[in-house]
Amino acid sequence: MKRLSSHQVFCTFLRGWTALVLAFLWGPIAVLAVYSFNTSRLNILWEGFTLRWYAEVWGHAPLMAAARNSLVIAGITTIASVVLGTAGAWLLHRYRFRGARAVRTLVGVPVLMPEIVMGASLLVLFAALAMPLGFATVVIAHVTFCFPFVLLAVQARLAGLDPGLEEAALDLGATPLRAFWLVIVPCLRPAIVAGALLAFTLSMDEVIVTYFTASPEATTLPLRIFGLAKVGLNPMLNALSVLFIAATIAVVVISERLQKTPRPPAA
Amino acid sequence: MTDLVQASPGTARLPRFTGWLLLAPLAVWLIAFVVAPALILVVYSFSERDELGRVVFTFTLENYRRAADPVYLAVFGRSVAYAAITTAICAVLAYPVAWTLARTRAPWRGRLLLLVMIPFWTSFLIRTYAWITILKSEGLLNGLLLYTHTIAAPLELLYTPGAVVLGLVYAYLPFMILPIYGSAEKLDPALIEAAHDLGCGPWQSFARVVLPLTRPGLAAGVMMVFVPAIGMFAISDLMGGARVPLIGNVIQDQFVGQARDKPFGAALAVIFMALFALLYWLWQRRTEGRVA
Repeated sequence: MKRLSSHQVFCTFLRGWTALVLAFLWGPIAVLAVYSFNTSRLNILWEGFTLRWYAEVWGHAPLMAAARNSLVIAGITTIASVVLGTAGAWLLHRYRFRGARAVRTLVGVPVLMPEIVMGASLLVLFAALAMPLGFATVVIAHVTFCFPFVLLAVQARLAGLDPGLEEAALDLGATPLRAFWLVIVPCLRPAIVAGALLAFTLSMDEVIVTYFTASPEATTLPLRIFGLAKVGLNPMLNALSVLFIAATIAVVVISERLQKTPRPPAA
Repeated sequence: MTDLVQASPGTARLPRFTGWLLLAPLAVWLIAFVVAPALILVVYSFSERDELGRVVFTFTLENYRRAADPVYLAVFGRSVAYAAITTAICAVLAYPVAWTLARTRAPWRGRLLLLVMIPFWTSFLIRTYAWITILKSEGLLNGLLLYTHTIAAPLELLYTPGAVVLGLVYAYLPFMILPIYGSAEKLDPALIEAAHDLGCGPWQSFARVVLPLTRPGLAAGVMMVFVPAIGMFAISDLMGGARVPLIGNVIQDQFVGQARDKPFGAALAVIFMALFALLYWLWQRRTEGRVA
């Protein structure tokens, strides 16, 4: 009897702790969301419901320009990351060669390396090459830290893939390229899409590396938000944040669904 | 094998000409944008700056000597201390959550996990802004306290060391929960039952079975919180103002801010990178030792 009760105490403690931590994680987000609909500019008292701040975001030319920049940069980054990450994962999976271990370690470096070191090192690279900062440098930086995530997602799926699939395609007369395109890529699609969504989200959200590699013309939405947040409170930022979080929720839910789809039966 | 990218199974073969050609873009990208920048950073750190602020390539240890100045040592120390406090708070907050998640059954586990995943993927900038709206002197908390006459004048909540640590904890907590969960999920429930049968209470079996067996997850979480927290300048900028500069703020200032001393910034970044490499090496050795 005593053991049961101490077990219950333990379970209650765990549940309560989890609830508190989740409340800590979501409370500020909820506050942000609620007050993004508040008429009052100084958001202390609830005065009434409005969509004014959302309209203001829409009408704010510099923010919209930065949003366009971010979308273009994230779009290009995603395409490049998918190509580099998918092909890279497949080639690392298919081939065994000297230096493969070094390549694998290097792929992990941008994932783990402190962002500030990455930003600083890319900045000195562009400075040494006398390459002016702008769209190109931001895209290069973003691809560098995004494609490893695609590669990791794809390689996780490759690990569960029947190695006989490619062989069967080759035996039936497909060229390696056709076998890759018609057999392997369809099997990898959920991982590719999930990786692409994560690359897009990472690129849309990134501040630190972008801060080092962007120019005023190629400024991104997070950099603008950073600038505005430093100045002070602004209900427009609440609205913008809510839009950002809503987009993130959509991406995470979709990518979770995709990763859950049953894998093709392994050998 | 503790690389993030796993080695392939036995089906892999040696590349021929086309294989090498296809591997080239990946190798070139990694060399051009991961290896080369790091090397240039090291070269810069031994260089000098002329009167116009341009970088002159010489061999000097001046930048490193300057980095050892008590002023910067104090900043370094503060950064490491804040990151360590943040990591410790995150670990304490995260453990019970990760363990609960791992013990929750199917439909709810996914839902709860999603509640951790979404903040994990949401820009820390936006999540930090959420706290600014709450803590600022004309923000929500002060407004509430003033409205209820609990206080007479707004409290200075933002721009304090506490606010910086709060911001760091809030930003990095999901990065601690998820790896510990990853470890806890793999734990064989029979081990807990065995501990129970051998007379361990739940608290004791948590401390003596769960904690030691989920150490790899904790180690990964520490890597994902401690290292980035040291260099994070945006949160200390937003939550600490200029009053609580961390090493990230100093480095940032040398490259894009007012100080504009790239060689000195490079030296600080190299020191930071060396610290990271050391931690990463220790971490790898530890996890490798566990797997073996």
